[in-house]
Amino acid sequence: MPEIKITPLGAGQDVGRSCILLSMGGKNIMLDCGMHMGYNDERRFPDFSYIVPEGPITSQIDCVIISHFHLDHCGALPYMSEMVGYTGPIYMTHPTKAIAPILLEDMRKVAVERKGESNFFTSQMIKDCIKKVTAVTLHQSVMVDNELEIKAYYAGHVLGAAMFWIRVGSQSVVYTGDYNMTPDRHLGAAWIDKCRPDLLISESTYATTIRDSKRCRERDFLKKVHECVEKGGKVLIPVFALGRAQELCILLETYWERMNLKYPVYFALGLTEKANNYYKMFITWTNQKIRKTFVQRNMFDFKHIKPFDKSYIDNPGAMVVFATPGMLHAGLSLNIFKKWAPYEQNMLIMPGFCVQGTVGHKILNGAKKVEFENRQVVDVKMAVEYMSFSAHADAKGIMQLIQYCEPKNVLLVHGEAQKMEFLKDKIEKEFSISCYMPANGETAIINTPTKIPIDVSLRLLKAEAVRYNAQPPDPKRRRVVHGILCVKDNRLSFLDIDEVCEEIGINRHVIRFTSTVRFDDPGPAVKTAEKLKGLLTEKLQGWSITISDGNISVESVLIKVEGEDESTKNIYVSWTNQDEDLGSYILGLLQSMVQ
Amino acid sequence: MKLYCLSSDAAKPCFVLSFKELLIMLDCGLSAHSVLNFLPLPPVPSTRLTSLPTYTPPHINDPLLEGELKECCGRVFVDSVPEFCPPLDKVVDFSQLDVILISNYTCMMALPFITEDTGFKGQVYATEPTLQIGRFYLEELSEWVCAVGEGAGEARRWKELVHLLPPPLSQAVRPRAWRRLFSAAALARSLARVRVVGYDERVDLYGALDATPVSSGFCLGSANWVLRSAHEKVAYVSGSSTLTTHPRPINQSALRGADLLILAALTQTPAHNPDHMLGDLCVHATLTLRAGGCVLCPVYPSGVLYDLLECLSAHLEGAGLAQVPLYVVSPVADSSLAYSNILAEWVSAGKQARVLLPEEPFPHAALGRAGRLRQARALHELPTSAPAEFRQPCVVFCGHPSLRFGAAVHLLDLWASNPAHAVIFTEPDFPYMEALAPFQPLSMKAFHCPIDTSLNYSQANKLVRELRPRELALPDQYALPAGTGAGAGVASRPHISVDVPTVIVKRGAARAAGVRRRAARGTLCGALAASALPREVAGAAGGLRAAPLAAELRIRDARLELLPPPAPARAARLHWSALDVEALVRALAREGVGSARVEASEASGSDSSGAGGCIVHLPRHDTLVHVERNATHVFCEGRAEVRQALRRALAACLPHI
Repeated sequence: MPEIKITPLGAGQDVGRSCILLSMGGKNIMLDCGMHMGYNDERRFPDFSYIVPEGPITSQIDCVIISHFHLDHCGALPYMSEMVGYTGPIYMTHPTKAIAPILLEDMRKVAVERKGESNFFTSQMIKDCIKKVTAVTLHQSVMVDNELEIKAYYAGHVLGAAMFWIRVGSQSVVYTGDYNMTPDRHLGAAWIDKCRPDLLISESTYATTIRDSKRCRERDFLKKVHECVEKGGKVLIPVFALGRAQELCILLETYWERMNLKYPVYFALGLTEKANNYYKMFITWTNQKIRKTFVQRNMFDFKHIKPFDKSYIDNPGAMVVFATPGMLHAGLSLNIFKKWAPYEQNMLIMPGFCVQGTVGHKILNGAKKVEFENRQVVDVKMAVEYMSFSAHADAKGIMQLIQYCEPKNVLLVHGEAQKMEFLKDKIEKEFSISCYMPANGETAIINTPTKIPIDVSLRLLKAEAVRYNAQPPDPKRRRVVHGILCVKDNRLSFLDIDEVCEEIGINRHVIRFTSTVRFDDPGPAVKTAEKLKGLLTEKLQGWSITISDGNISVESVLIKVEGEDESTKNIYVSWTNQDEDLGSYILGLLQSMVQ
Repeated sequence: MKLYCLSSDAAKPCFVLSFKELLIMLDCGLSAHSVLNFLPLPPVPSTRLTSLPTYTPPHINDPLLEGELKECCGRVFVDSVPEFCPPLDKVVDFSQLDVILISNYTCMMALPFITEDTGFKGQVYATEPTLQIGRFYLEELSEWVCAVGEGAGEARRWKELVHLLPPPLSQAVRPRAWRRLFSAAALARSLARVRVVGYDERVDLYGALDATPVSSGFCLGSANWVLRSAHEKVAYVSGSSTLTTHPRPINQSALRGADLLILAALTQTPAHNPDHMLGDLCVHATLTLRAGGCVLCPVYPSGVLYDLLECLSAHLEGAGLAQVPLYVVSPVADSSLAYSNILAEWVSAGKQARVLLPEEPFPHAALGRAGRLRQARALHELPTSAPAEFRQPCVVFCGHPSLRFGAAVHLLDLWASNPAHAVIFTEPDFPYMEALAPFQPLSMKAFHCPIDTSLNYSQANKLVRELRPRELALPDQYALPAGTGAGAGVASRPHISVDVPTVIVKRGAARAAGVRRRAARGTLCGALAASALPREVAGAAGGLRAAPLAAELRIRDARLELLPPPAPARAARLHWSALDVEALVRALAREGVGSARVEASEASGSDSSGAGGCIVHLPRHDTLVHVERNATHVFCEGRAEVRQALRRALAACLPHI
């Protein structure tokens, strides 16, 4: 039985560092190549030595697929392609290809220039790496080689996020990356057709959460921000430059406009304008509403949101600042946090998930004092709010996606173990399909049914269709075809007997058997035939029995009554060699009737 | 497989392909040549046009014809709302169509004629730019023709008297089938049916076929369609270009090795090289502007317009005329210009690279920001800085290229008498002298620089040779001898001449084409395959192995599956070659059925071949075996064991599976 093997190198019962190895039909595919934000040592990259302890990695991997530009999904790509030495094909969508290098560069700067790390990839490496990327469009079916086909579906999570359908032979897998099943202010909802894959690999960040309505969350968010700035407090919202940031900007922008507020709103980093430019140019990837109205007004031209300058940190008075990065693990957001944390009137809003090991994670877990590398201790007195705005599917969404694409198996990644466990039970109960959740380095093996492509002769099919359609309609009736299976050059075909003879140039030799039964039955032969037919119909239910010119035929067995005037009739039963079972059964039947 | 041709205009094709019980419409082009027979519809009333003399054919006094025809400089025009020539509707019942595949936005203008009020129930597929830009074209057309034409009476009588009218009206093809344009509502309904697809996306057509649009290089989102089943491949090549312009380049490899290649929408101006024409246009424009004249380019709101803006703005800058404003006037100008800059995934690699920077793929956004390019919905909405009389030299791009409606009509009326101004024709759809006919006498300069980037005949010939289809289908225009034969001695040869079996289709005709199907693709369940045990067939070429097989057939969503049969069903055994009677007797003896007597049958006496044709008697078992060359008939009155012994003996003597 053919198998599909999945080994997570990252994101197995874990969030961060998504990197999943998939092998089926002799092909090895790497799904995402992310880094872990919570580590600063070698653990931040996936363990590529698992694939091949030493030597070139390219021959072991047929392609790398990147689902979206978040660093926990693409952060290790330059490392893999430029430092480990992978030279094979890499696929991602156009927006991902445009935006990923910016985020990578940003991260590199923080790691190398602020933290002084060495053995990190360089700017040039990022550029070289991105040059090797093949960009794909939605629904485009890409043949990686003769057997491996991939196709991207809209995933909604961030601009350019995609789910990938991957097929080798008759086996297929869908990898979701991160996705969102509810449309938001700037992106649409994930969508996939009923592709019935053998396996669905789904993220499960919010495996146990069923989120309340988005509207409530938004109102809550706006209320809290408004209350804080009214009291003269400063609001810090750590975000990643692209993604949720734009969503929250649109939210604040429309609120500020509606309420006619004048408090300054800043977006840190020169990236803003550039980032918004990407959004303007890839408007085809945003939601319906933005696409329809962009000619009149581009949603990403913000009026109230201005670029931030470092000197503003110590400015008095209320303000709202979006600062990167999103998990408070380094950079500007951390700097601002250090300055503002000790004051009660200030507020920190974490709009997304924080990976273990980051400052964000500590604070969300209620830490009131945070210690930094240089022994600096910061008291956290500011209000801390966690509001999940990250666009992941919740439990309901995951179940919905399973319903959409009808997989035969499900595998969960990108989530926490206990939560996965819960969802796994739920999936197995609700859909009665098996569900897997391998840990990092653990391999899940999924068996799939063998399906061999075969060419079926039209002559065979047409003859069968004529027979089938002649019968009264019954949707439950099984349709059986008889023919010859031919194998030539590893290709299978299913042919009619006569076609086989023509094809290979042989003369068919038909073998026919005829036996006679004597039957005392005065009267015309036709009457006898009718009588026989009645008997056969009774005994052979479910078979088609016809009578014409005094000859009865049961499927292909012929029965003929001879002797018009004699009182003893000769009943001939005739069948071909292949109908031996039926023929001898009927013969036996007639013989026992006579006695 | 059958191919129907519904359009008389090869550049605006409309085919229907019947294949695997599906009716597939390939493109639905709207021929607009008919509008040239009508008087222009000015956006504002024109005294010149209204004061044209009425025409009455000689010796006819028909009051119904009153006011339908007018004359201008010796040519007769119909004074009515212009009418178009939609695809033939009598050949194929549109309600039976399953699918419409659209290749590019110039070939979809008849869509509402086909999908609305015809009972059409199928699917329409097009790429996203095709749908959007097609929408611009159609909305522009509808706004100009319908808005002005509403309430105007319809001229009908002249169609009855066509034979009495002077040419070219008398040569109009089937004017009674000409139709007025659809309403805006019908247009919206029709476009709402279109399903958007991307390049290289496999669209499943009712489980029978896969249809894939592949890049054709002609315009944004233009596609050639490849229809594929497991065994057959049909390529529909329409509006393709091998030149390098702004769209994604043509994908040739996907078209290779088709069983049938349908070729349509080649260039309409084979004598003109688009590159040279673009150069000429820049030169003419510069000269006119230098001399203080204005330039009018009647264009469609998308397509070549983008290239024109890019080239002309660069050229003018080089000529020191950077201050000359460029205007684009169209009801959809805003949308068209904005839209082109968000189609990053559909443009050429060079333009795509700009998006990564990120900059807009087309320079017209920058031109707009710099104030050099302005757009407006209509002439009177142009910014006030633009003088309404256009005294200062400027370049205006506006529609419609036929010069029968749209802003161009008004501008031409305004400028026709001034020899300083120039009109430059770039769209190849209309003969420019005919387009200008109702504006005669004309003092302004008229230049003809048609830019048609679709394949010319030599490129098409080369392409077909490279693609190596098994069969080629062409509209009859492309197979006709080239030119009018100015050099009488030169043997005229067909336009497309490739060494491939060719089917030529005429408007209204149907031709059988392509392969005969012999097999369908299905899947065989592993368990069933494992039980089959195929054996080598002696004497068959190429190591063929075979096994009898009985299988349950499951057809779901037109997909075929072979599963293990419900009960262990008998499989059809196959025996072949002639029976060696002596071997049979020996085999029977081994089975314990002895005392066989062989005698030649009567029939075989005359049979010179001598092969077979004998009877084996088994008197002890009351059995006769009638052996012929290709058949053996056993008359067995004995017990069943004898029959089984006979079967084994026969099986031992005959090769079988």
